[in-house]
Amino acid sequence: MSFFSWAWDWITQGANWHGSGSIPPQVLAHVGYSGLSLLIAALVAVPAGVVIGHRGGKAAIVVTNFANAWRAIPTLGLLTLLAVYFGFSPLTWLLPLVALGIPPILVNACEGVAGVDPGVRDAARGTGMTTWQQIVQVEVPIALPLILVGVRTSAIFVVATATIAAEIGLGGLGRFIIDGLASSQYAPVAGGALLVVILAICVLALFALISRLVIPPGLRDQGRPQ
Amino acid sequence: MMWSWIPGNWSLIWQLTWENLKLGVLPALYGLVISLPLGIIAARWRWFYPPTLTVVNIVYAIPSIALFVALIPKFGLTDTTVIIALTVFSLCVILPNVVEGMRGVPAAVTQAATAMGYGPLRRLALVELPLAIPVIIAGLRVGVVSSISLASVGQLIGVSSLGYLFIDGLQRSFPTEIYVGLVLVIVLAIICDLILVAVRRALTPWLARS
Repeated sequence: MSFFSWAWDWITQGANWHGSGSIPPQVLAHVGYSGLSLLIAALVAVPAGVVIGHRGGKAAIVVTNFANAWRAIPTLGLLTLLAVYFGFSPLTWLLPLVALGIPPILVNACEGVAGVDPGVRDAARGTGMTTWQQIVQVEVPIALPLILVGVRTSAIFVVATATIAAEIGLGGLGRFIIDGLASSQYAPVAGGALLVVILAICVLALFALISRLVIPPGLRDQGRPQ
Repeated sequence: MMWSWIPGNWSLIWQLTWENLKLGVLPALYGLVISLPLGIIAARWRWFYPPTLTVVNIVYAIPSIALFVALIPKFGLTDTTVIIALTVFSLCVILPNVVEGMRGVPAAVTQAATAMGYGPLRRLALVELPLAIPVIIAGLRVGVVSSISLASVGQLIGVSSLGYLFIDGLQRSFPTEIYVGLVLVIVLAIICDLILVAVRRALTPWLARS
């Protein structure tokens, strides 16, 4: 049997949709953990990145070099380390998810704002805008495509890490995968994996929609994929 | 932090590090080998690239554990499963860079080469690819670093790597093991990154001179 037939059989089985550990609550839990972590990461990283990008200088160079470094950190290592120290508290998964969700957003926000044409910046100052107005009305909208790409990258990463976090006891779709592997049952493993893939594709679609709605038409083809 | 654990388990640590290195470097190399022809095609025939890029973006969004799991029926709980999955992820990072690198070669340069009598194949091998090397190697660096880090997730399907130290450390509530694993993964990634920077410098002597 192939991966898809295993997964499809398991997902279409009615019994898996009822009860406390079934598909709907796990999907909600997964979306909840991921969404919360992403929100906190974005709330921290977007303002920080925008400010650092606007001021430029040494801090901006440090942030740009950061880009490759965070990919080296093994998420499983971070999760298990915190699990050993903090047990099953929310800190155990929230901290790594937020910490690893910040770099893509920070780097992209910084690069996006720093990359604004100096001529445009000058024009904004020339029309009498204060620094605050300059940032909010000119630089951020121009940097928006790149910022959204960063948030999207972070979202994908957070969803994937939340899946692995089932290993340290977190709920969500990873539960089906980890528990299935532990009990040598491939059906929930395949089903859980397919659901995670569908979730990831939904996240991509959501961001494509958000981009279309939020980015002004004049800037639409500017975001460089990171 | 129980330092004495390290010399006591030297051979295990070494073996796991070597496994992780293999699982990290091989996929990136395979990814490069696959990306080069695909990227050259995409750079030459423009209509090929947007659909390819869409597929690449979608595949890259798939969590690593899901891809490992999807390959189990065909390839079992073996190294091959992890290597194939990580090759696919590396491809997603390296291919766009191959295309960008090729496209970044100034038209004036390719025209000058043609004017000097270079046929398309010679021009590709001696002019376009060498000029694209910095961008390609930038992609290769990301590919290697993320493969080395993702290889540890393979431990969840029983494929041996430094991830073993994370899982074992968790089960025994023994943070020393986890610290060792973390440091080694990061050090491995940094070493490979630096090696690739050196390779780039060796392959592009004209950049050093300017």
